[in-house]
Amino acid sequence: MAFTLKINGTERSVDAEPDTPLLWVLREQIGLTGTKYGCGIAQCGACTVHVDGVATRSCAMPVSAIGPEQQIVTIEGLSPDGSHPVQKAWLALDVPQCGYCQSGMIMAAAALLQQNKSPSDDDIAAEITNICRCGTYNRVRAAIRQVAAAAGGTARNG
Amino acid sequence: MTIVQSVSRRGFIVSGAAAIGGLSLGFRVPVAGEALAAEAMPEVNAWVVIQPDETVVIRIARSEMGQGTLTGLAQLVAEELGCDWARVTTEYPSPAENLARDRIWGNFSTAGSRGIRESQDYVRKGGAAAREMLVAAAAAEWQVPAAECTVDKGVITHAASGRSTSFGKVATAAARLPPPAEVRLKDPKDWTIAGRPLPRLDTADKLTGRQVYGADIVRPGMLNAAIKACTVFGGRVKSFDAAAVAGMPGVRKVVQVDDTAVAVVADTWWRAKTALDALPIVWDEGPNTGISSTSIAEALAAGLDADDAFVGTRAGDARAAIAGAAKTVTADYAYPYQAHATMEPMNATALWTPERCEVWCPTQNSEASLATAAQAAGLPARQCEVHKLLLGGGFGRRGFQDYVRQAVLIAKQIPGTPVKLLWSREEDMLHDHYHPATQCRLTGALDADGNLVALHMRISGQSILASVRPEAMQNGMDPVVFQGLNPGGAEGAIGYTIPNLLIDHAMRNPPVPPGFWRGVNLNQNALYLECFIDELAHAAGQDPLAFRRRLMANHPKHLAVLEAVAQRIGWDSPPPQGVHRGLAQIMGYGSYVAAAAEVSVADGRLRIHRIVAATDPGHAVNPAQIERQVEGSFVYGLSACLYGECTIRGGRVEQENFDTYTVLRLDEMPAVETIIMPSGGFWGGVGEPTIAVAAPAVLNALFAATGQRIRTVPLVNHGLRNA
Repeated sequence: MAFTLKINGTERSVDAEPDTPLLWVLREQIGLTGTKYGCGIAQCGACTVHVDGVATRSCAMPVSAIGPEQQIVTIEGLSPDGSHPVQKAWLALDVPQCGYCQSGMIMAAAALLQQNKSPSDDDIAAEITNICRCGTYNRVRAAIRQVAAAAGGTARNG
Repeated sequence: MTIVQSVSRRGFIVSGAAAIGGLSLGFRVPVAGEALAAEAMPEVNAWVVIQPDETVVIRIARSEMGQGTLTGLAQLVAEELGCDWARVTTEYPSPAENLARDRIWGNFSTAGSRGIRESQDYVRKGGAAAREMLVAAAAAEWQVPAAECTVDKGVITHAASGRSTSFGKVATAAARLPPPAEVRLKDPKDWTIAGRPLPRLDTADKLTGRQVYGADIVRPGMLNAAIKACTVFGGRVKSFDAAAVAGMPGVRKVVQVDDTAVAVVADTWWRAKTALDALPIVWDEGPNTGISSTSIAEALAAGLDADDAFVGTRAGDARAAIAGAAKTVTADYAYPYQAHATMEPMNATALWTPERCEVWCPTQNSEASLATAAQAAGLPARQCEVHKLLLGGGFGRRGFQDYVRQAVLIAKQIPGTPVKLLWSREEDMLHDHYHPATQCRLTGALDADGNLVALHMRISGQSILASVRPEAMQNGMDPVVFQGLNPGGAEGAIGYTIPNLLIDHAMRNPPVPPGFWRGVNLNQNALYLECFIDELAHAAGQDPLAFRRRLMANHPKHLAVLEAVAQRIGWDSPPPQGVHRGLAQIMGYGSYVAAAAEVSVADGRLRIHRIVAATDPGHAVNPAQIERQVEGSFVYGLSACLYGECTIRGGRVEQENFDTYTVLRLDEMPAVETIIMPSGGFWGGVGEPTIAVAAPAVLNALFAATGQRIRTVPLVNHGLRNA
């Protein structure tokens, strides 16, 4: 079945079974492999993308549930050159270890900061539920706070 | 950064054989084209390539899986080389190249926190030798004594004649010189690149999605495979109905893999998995369907007082001293099976033809991957190659090569077509090589003054080596069982002097495949020892730190890290209202580590407020990366403490995904303060040891908070959840 998707600002046509998760359309049909498979049941967040600005776990989102007008943004489309404030903070704090979960972490953090310019630690804890096995959590938290601080927001302690 | 190597950059394999892992592997010999290749990209020596544009390519033999080894090893080479760190890039030599060159890069295996400590000597010598050759080439050109030349950031200067040149300009000439017979290494106190908290070399691509992991590999014409092995350990494929899924979208082939698994090959992985889920498979579940967590626990419990046991550590006569003691304390502990749960599920991509087999995979040991691929391919190793990618987590899981074998066996049934095998998360959790399950009975004897006069520690349970490296067993004994409890030695010595001490192991091997799980046996050994030492302190009416100090006078390095965390957490002053503290220390992987925890408990909710951790790894090559490893150790160690358990029922693991196999997330992550205190004179590992002190520090704090001693993990089984 043919679907039209708007991915990173470009309209793309794909042929897929309607229940194919967006994750696999992105990875296998569009060739955007920055979005990762970790669990397939929306538990780990490695597959996080933005759909109309909302952090969405693409492994559990059927392609048929997304309309042609909806804006899908993947890690590849977050910025043209790694210059999104979240990516810059991640670089400054050298956040990733193995890095496999970090696309999802960054997309989740970017969506959070889009909606809440100065998230408290409680806000961060509630919104960043992605799994990292290497143990980057404290640096993820610090990087999000750094973005908020740089944007002039005063992070509230939670 | 170049990660995927071209296969034939330095010629091809023609003949020869060397035994590795019982397999015949090929040597490669130089051919005519090689000299030309060297001209284009001068290899000063095996570790250092310097390009005309001054780019310094440092070869890294060990696998990068997040632990920072790639950056640390490059720092060590660059330090001795004297190059400009800003111009450093890295590449992996391939295992076939290593064999062809008589294993010039040494051991590729990346496990046991060995990446830095086991290769630091020869990689530093490689950097130093390259520097001497570069200087010699410049000196020869200028006709001055090499000793009069100095090196700074890749620039060679002869001050007397006012001349200078760069590494890139003399690299080709240097490559033709003989290597120096001996090199002198810098004193670590003079380090300017090593020893500094430099940013990782592999961060940028991990922020943009550009980093290619094994799961992301795409080869021309590639197909994708999903696999299902019998969920019951020891089970086999009886039959499957390929015709039932042959017409499903994208399906190309259904193949059996060994006698244990079935794979569907399709144009996309999602279609392969969809068809696999629909595929009727009949299993012969084999002899283990009656195995359960209960039956395993019973078998292990029987070992706690069994007569037959292997003795790891003995001093005096513990049994006699216990029999005659003023006071004895006995307690039984247990530690469950754990899954590695790397974020990137197991995967490998293979291309097989009757003449050649090529594999792309994340692996902690690409030489073992090559040997596995060759055996599965039915080809001599000289006709095989393995391309190692950055790992999306390793933690010991990717030292095992089961997924490589499967990928090759699938590709072999579709000659000439690359096939990427990706395990589902469910496959990953059901077919791990699990952290082994053990139990431990500890009996301590106190004299009338509260001195610990005897300790018997009986470990009962599974041996990893008996299953995965039987050749490393010593007269039937698994020496690795006693990690951190050895009477001495540089790897993991017990930090207490106890006049009568017996530590022994009753081996009980259930049919659940065990493996090396980050920290390995140090994890449960530290939990058993450090919680029980706390019990003894309590029984003796003494402060846990004071009680330990009396036993540690002969173990100053063990004591130093313990004192460091005690001081930082404020052990001598009362904690905040409602907060309680616990301590733990252990030595493992050549390093001394300790942790102190602050926790509070209210209404069955545990809150871990703060962790202080200290580590003495001898030398600290990159303090920033050590800090990350120590911090990350608490994610792994506290995940195990709070939630980690693979339960067995009907001969299989019950947990299949992160919904039932819970791991620590950001909201539960405590603040971690890391004290790095390298004392010099030895080289210890960093990636694993700290995991072992995470659980006992928290459990001891939990006892301080509640007065109740918890002797088994995970805590979720005791109705405690992290808040």
